[in-house]
Amino acid sequence: MTTYLLLLISTALVNNVVLVKFLGLCPFMGVSKNMDSALGMGLATTFVITLACGASWMLEHWLLEPFDLVYLRILTFILVIAATVQFVEMVVKKSAPALYQALGIYLPLITTNCAVLGLALLTVQEKMSFIDTLVYGFGSALGFTLVMLMFAGLRERLALANVPAAFSGAPVSFILASLLSLAFMGFAGLNFQ
Amino acid sequence: MGILDRFFKSHGPDWGVHPDDHKRPAADAPLRTLPVPEKLYIPMQQHVGGPARPVVLVGQAVLKGQLLAEAQGNISAPIHAPTSGRVVAIGEITAPHPSGLAQLAITLASDGNDTWGERQPVVDPFSLSPAEIAKRTAAAGVVGLGGATFPSAVKFNLGKRLKVSTLIVNGGECEPYLSSDDCLMRYRASEVVDGLRIIMHAIGAGDALVGIEENKPEAIAAMKLAAEPFGNVRICPVPARYPMGSDKQLIQTLTGKEVPADARAAEVGVLVHNVSTCAAVHRALRLGEPLIERIVTVNGGAVATPGNVFAPLGARVADLLGFTGLTQEPARLILGGPMMGTLLPHATIPIVKGASGILAFDAREARVPEAGACIRCGSCTRACPMGLLPLEMANHIRAGDLEGALRYELSDCIACGCCAYVCPAHIPLVQYFSHAKGELSARERSKLRNAATRRLVEQRLARLERETREKAAAAAKRKAERDAAKARAAGTSVTEASP
Amino acid sequence: MLIAILSLTLLGSLLGLGLGVAAKKFHVEGDPLTAEIEALMPGSNCGQCGFPGCPGAAAAIADGSAPVTVCPPGGKALAQALAAKLGISIDLGEVADQGPQIAAVAEEICIGCCRCIKVCPTDAILGAAKQIHNVIREACTGCGNCIDRCPTEAMTMQPVPVTLQHWIWPKPEMVGA
Repeated sequence: MTTYLLLLISTALVNNVVLVKFLGLCPFMGVSKNMDSALGMGLATTFVITLACGASWMLEHWLLEPFDLVYLRILTFILVIAATVQFVEMVVKKSAPALYQALGIYLPLITTNCAVLGLALLTVQEKMSFIDTLVYGFGSALGFTLVMLMFAGLRERLALANVPAAFSGAPVSFILASLLSLAFMGFAGLNFQ
Repeated sequence: MGILDRFFKSHGPDWGVHPDDHKRPAADAPLRTLPVPEKLYIPMQQHVGGPARPVVLVGQAVLKGQLLAEAQGNISAPIHAPTSGRVVAIGEITAPHPSGLAQLAITLASDGNDTWGERQPVVDPFSLSPAEIAKRTAAAGVVGLGGATFPSAVKFNLGKRLKVSTLIVNGGECEPYLSSDDCLMRYRASEVVDGLRIIMHAIGAGDALVGIEENKPEAIAAMKLAAEPFGNVRICPVPARYPMGSDKQLIQTLTGKEVPADARAAEVGVLVHNVSTCAAVHRALRLGEPLIERIVTVNGGAVATPGNVFAPLGARVADLLGFTGLTQEPARLILGGPMMGTLLPHATIPIVKGASGILAFDAREARVPEAGACIRCGSCTRACPMGLLPLEMANHIRAGDLEGALRYELSDCIACGCCAYVCPAHIPLVQYFSHAKGELSARERSKLRNAATRRLVEQRLARLERETREKAAAAAKRKAERDAAKARAAGTSVTEASP
Repeated sequence: MLIAILSLTLLGSLLGLGLGVAAKKFHVEGDPLTAEIEALMPGSNCGQCGFPGCPGAAAAIADGSAPVTVCPPGGKALAQALAAKLGISIDLGEVADQGPQIAAVAEEICIGCCRCIKVCPTDAILGAAKQIHNVIREACTGCGNCIDRCPTEAMTMQPVPVTLQHWIWPKPEMVGA
């Protein structure tokens, strides 16, 4: 049990997918203007990542390895991810049309979110067990959601600040992101011994 | 109450500011009376609510106290002639309003006789029913003279309905420079006390508390003397602290009750009226005189003989300044107090019912330091008498996020100006709030307008449908008649042909 | 080789089948958003936005091809309501609330032909045959439909005058930027 807890903390904070591994920066900058859509994006991505990691493990161990098709890995993974994203898109459109509108193009773009494919490939490469894979995916996705929320909250405050004209908008957001990333490096010193 | 409060008990309220009051020597100067100017300019909107509608014609001779314009709508007040003379024009003049826009006004040329029209004094106002008092007060055009200019009779009826137990009389006059209420209480304390007793009768209140700031000892003494015979009228000196003259702050200081946000004072069982309003009610009832004149403080560095002047409404600022004399060309003219008053573009603007003072500032007093960036010192938060966060609200408003400002309770802001006064960066905070409030109410209006438009469209569609239906019915009826006629014609022709 | 082709085909068809079923299950009847937006619109079908009436504009706003600020009669209030519905942020300062907004009749050239009355979507024009017409200002949305109908060019669009009741404090100049 402790292992899973440590895995969760490690993936969510120490090896944060956005701020330490620099994966998934597209929605990180794109859908972080307000907290609501950032949370929506985070939850949708969490769902997709966890599902995609599980499905990738199954594909790898039940299809690709037994039949010696490892060279098809990226192709099959993308196929699964795309299908999952399509499914999520349908669910969101049905249940939360306003969120669907707010996420806009970023919702189908989860397909090409490098965090999703990257995590699926990483779990396979690390030769993790199925449960480990799920926890790893879920933890990373939680880290993604957390950072999205934090960043959106900061940007909401930033909108009120008196930023010099040349820096207002995207430039100051990038500076903010780099500061946040520096802060997350501090988690590397976490020690549970 | 915590331990800290026990040791460091603050003296007086922990909100607001204490600016240098500049009330003397103007407050101690004897009350003077302005001779009636040749022409008076009487605006039709001197109160909150609908503007009054003129009922006189150009060229018509009027007597002092005669009705010039009648109230329009539920919240409005009539306007009377401040002197006898002739109406020479009904047209637009610059309004005493920050926008400097024009508004409708009646120009009255004085005949110099100051002849009163018919007055209907009441010997014993306490024998009248409350409704009758409210009616007479409304007819006399009495509005709240503290500055809000809300029609007093409307407030009486509200107080009657909400079962008000205590009348609070506002003699705070916390704005620096102003001393018109102070002067009124010194010279006409008996009028004020009589007026407030009439108001108590009108709203059914059992007792009255008169709050007067401690920096007016003469007024307190005069009022105490006048109120002595009446056990249920209590004179309460309150700490001199701006904005003590604001309803909610005065109520809290005197009764300890805090008026909830979005609630009126009457809902906690009290009603606030200004001392000048009390005196106006006394005159309206006892003497039958409508509200046509008031005490105006003329003060400021550019005034030669600062003091209080008894002036007819409609006299121009220039008339008053000419009467008191100027030592230099004023750098800035303000109607009302320096904290909440209105900046005047020029001196040809008339005195209105709510004008408690005219301030002619010299260059030193009028200096406006340039605004800088917010340094987040939090002074505004400490000064705000409503317990709001002015810097957060202003940030949201500057970023165009008015809903954000509303989440910080912008609607509770009383625009007292404490935050802007203490701001070390001289940020015009109150202007942000006034802008946002105006913008929000404009949006509210446009929302109502959209709803009205939709209703109109629906009604039009219903009308068009009804018309087509009626047309079709009429056509069908005509056709039926024609057919019947044809059949009859055929029938007769048949019968004719048969023999 | 054969196994690769077969497995990919199988995988693709399985996922496709799954998505097909999901599409049936999560089918959205029409577009609820369009209907909701249309309910917010003034409904006068004045055509100032350039779309065929309010339903057309609502559809365009819903699919993102028109900004929420497209409706002049709706003004800032509508733009704000729409932005809240769609969860997007807008700069209300850009919404043109000013400009020609109310129709006015030049009484000396009006011939009382009643043509303008027929096209007014809100019945804001008062008049009868051979009588001078007049505009009820409170009801006029400023759609401008009546302007082209007038044979004598007596109809003009006038800016709404700023009155004491409608005046708003200007926003202070930005400081420290």
